[in-house]
Amino acid sequence: MELLQCIDLNKSFGEKKILKNVNLTIPRGKIIGLLGKNGTGKTTLIKLINDLLTISSGQILVNGNPIGVESKKVISYLPERTYLDKGMTVEKTVEYFAKFYDNFDSEKAYKLLKELGLDTHQKLAKMSKGMQEKVQLVLVMSRNAELYILDEPLGGVDPATREYILDTILTNFNDGASVIISTHLISDIECILDSVIFIDNGEIILTAETDELRNRENASIDEIFRRMFKC
Amino acid sequence: MAVDFENSIPIYLQVVEQLKSDIISGKFSAGERLPSVRDLALQLKVNPNTVQKAFTELEDMGLVFTERTNGKFVTEDIALIAKHKQEHADIITQKYMKTMEKIGFDKSEVIFLINNLGGNR
Repeated sequence: MELLQCIDLNKSFGEKKILKNVNLTIPRGKIIGLLGKNGTGKTTLIKLINDLLTISSGQILVNGNPIGVESKKVISYLPERTYLDKGMTVEKTVEYFAKFYDNFDSEKAYKLLKELGLDTHQKLAKMSKGMQEKVQLVLVMSRNAELYILDEPLGGVDPATREYILDTILTNFNDGASVIISTHLISDIECILDSVIFIDNGEIILTAETDELRNRENASIDEIFRRMFKC
Repeated sequence: MAVDFENSIPIYLQVVEQLKSDIISGKFSAGERLPSVRDLALQLKVNPNTVQKAFTELEDMGLVFTERTNGKFVTEDIALIAKHKQEHADIITQKYMKTMEKIGFDKSEVIFLINNLGGNR
């Protein structure tokens, strides 16, 4: 059974159609890039998969079942903006996650936090935006999930940390799990992607294996993206 | 083994080239056990699926074989490694010759240049 399937998915806000007839299949064991310009529906799609918005029409299936409690157990989601309580220390936040999620691995979280040199006794409010993003990513990757959905994980961090984040993603996605990464910083991540989904104006305009696409177009994914979406 | 990948060429082909050159240069010797897919993926900072695909390609060439449960090894066929080494050298030499011909050198001049490379090497 496929890990994730979107069937004829539509989402409108009032008159405005945000997603139009999205059909998607996400298999297991892959790292997939969800690529599109700003405001083309990436985050809306991600929020629908995480049951944070309601579907206008169509279906989303996770392991063959409609989204709900069960799908939330197996999907670990990194939102664009943090929702953590900034008054809590890192340590408290880890405890909180461990209580909340059955599949949360505290040991792993502490190990990763240590590697990143983050002080677990510090309150989130005292940390820089980049540090907060790192904490959030550690929390998300410390769940033994089947699907990790990362919405712009590279947005606010410096290039050195970007590399570390990619490493963290590569090291920690367990066998059989899949990762969806939404981003517009394509050149930074394209060498770790199995396949890409190009989304524009609420429609999926291309899905392809990255290496096949490179071969066919004789260009990098970044270049192909720029060509396709030339303003 | 940090490698800078060219994003416009399929990554798995670049991994194949990298591993091939490590084998023909003897960095991985005949019969030696290769790093696991996961370790190599982390070293090269690429997707494990990409490394897997590269290994499959190398197995098709006969340069690598899998011993079930035990991992992947460099072939013990020294003649085959030598053949790939020769082919590789030929390709590089042909490329070099073409570039030199483009700027007006013929073969004997090129040989003269190589003989005098860096004074009297």
